[in-house]
Amino acid sequence: MVTVLEHDSELRQRAWDAAASVVDPEIPVLTIADLGVLRDVVLDGDHVEVAITPTYSGCPAMNMIALEIEVALERAGFREPKVRTVLSPAWTTDWMSEEGRRKLHAYGIAPPQSSHSRRALFGEQAVTCPQCGSGNTEVLSEFGSTSCKALWRCKSCREPFDYFKCH
Amino acid sequence: MPAANIQVSETPLVLYALRRADDALILGHRLSEWCGHAPMMEEDMALSNIALDLIGQARELYTYAAKTEDKDNDEDKLAYLRDVRQYRNLLLVEQPNGDFAQTLVRQFFYSAFADLYWRAMMTSRDATLAAIAAKSEKESAYHLRHASEWIIRLGDGTDESHQRAQAAIDHLWAFTGEMFAVDEGERALIHAGIAVDPGTLRSRWLTTLSDVVGEATLRLPQNDWMQQGGRSGRHSEHLGHLLSELQSMQRTFPGQTW
Repeated sequence: MVTVLEHDSELRQRAWDAAASVVDPEIPVLTIADLGVLRDVVLDGDHVEVAITPTYSGCPAMNMIALEIEVALERAGFREPKVRTVLSPAWTTDWMSEEGRRKLHAYGIAPPQSSHSRRALFGEQAVTCPQCGSGNTEVLSEFGSTSCKALWRCKSCREPFDYFKCH
Repeated sequence: MPAANIQVSETPLVLYALRRADDALILGHRLSEWCGHAPMMEEDMALSNIALDLIGQARELYTYAAKTEDKDNDEDKLAYLRDVRQYRNLLLVEQPNGDFAQTLVRQFFYSAFADLYWRAMMTSRDATLAAIAAKSEKESAYHLRHASEWIIRLGDGTDESHQRAQAAIDHLWAFTGEMFAVDEGERALIHAGIAVDPGTLRSRWLTTLSDVVGEATLRLPQNDWMQQGGRSGRHSEHLGHLLSELQSMQRTFPGQTW
């Protein structure tokens, strides 16, 4: 019995690792585990079902992520893997791992701040420039190249940069 | 042969989901018409991003409606194979983009409402509706902030932008009353704790509007005559034209996929 359990948990870990290796197609330095999009991996015999939470309702990357999870699991030897989308609880940037934040910063994207400031209608946000580290920055647009990013500019080094907005 | 309209069993719950889904899809489609045409690059991206959020919300609500109906329909059929009289969106969201001020005033009126609406719906007794609301309210907070900033910039900008923003407010005002109307079926859902009673949101909605419009040096109209019809399928002529574009592929090539 113990060996069976061990076998199961080993198998589940293998499935988790395979799913967790899938990266966000828009921000390829982040895995879906870093993002907090990967919620659960359930093993039923040899069949595996992965639960993911969408970041934004209309994010086109979600379809691609689901497809790539299936491919990753097939490659890891799991047949006919399934991907299930769970809506609740809703995804938040608070789920992003420390590792994920570090990678984002190194990639040149300012990582998200804590989500409690999101509601302030005209609240001032202070975002640090990921290029030069200056706090002297300004928002250009709340909506950037993808759903999850805003467009900012550093007033010190004059470089524009992406900010992964809190959600 | 063009695809025929589907039949939808319009139980109160199906209708409730369809009304919210139709609002999001039609407004999302209107915003997508700005793609490549917005006055500046940042706005082109902003309006397209907001459109994407809205269409995403619509998809979740259509999927829920189809599941609730439990017939042969799905999100695509509900979006592409219903005719204009089967659409239940607000008249406000189908109004043409007009100039940039009209688009942003329409967006502001709707976002100020939707933001309150989704937050209230998070406590729905229906777990799926509550989950969709929890997702949508995060997005609507950004939509409202974006629209509010533009109302202030346009109103408190040049004489021209002020005059255009005021004209848009005066023009679209009569389409806002419908947001707070409910029929008998929806009233029953409200009593059951499933649907949101929009009447309870009206004073907070007005406060948001007054604050922003005041800061923009604009004014809200005094007249309270309101046009209705969208919720029961009676639309302005604009929706038919919009749908003919939105649905043309599925109507011409039924079942076509990417």
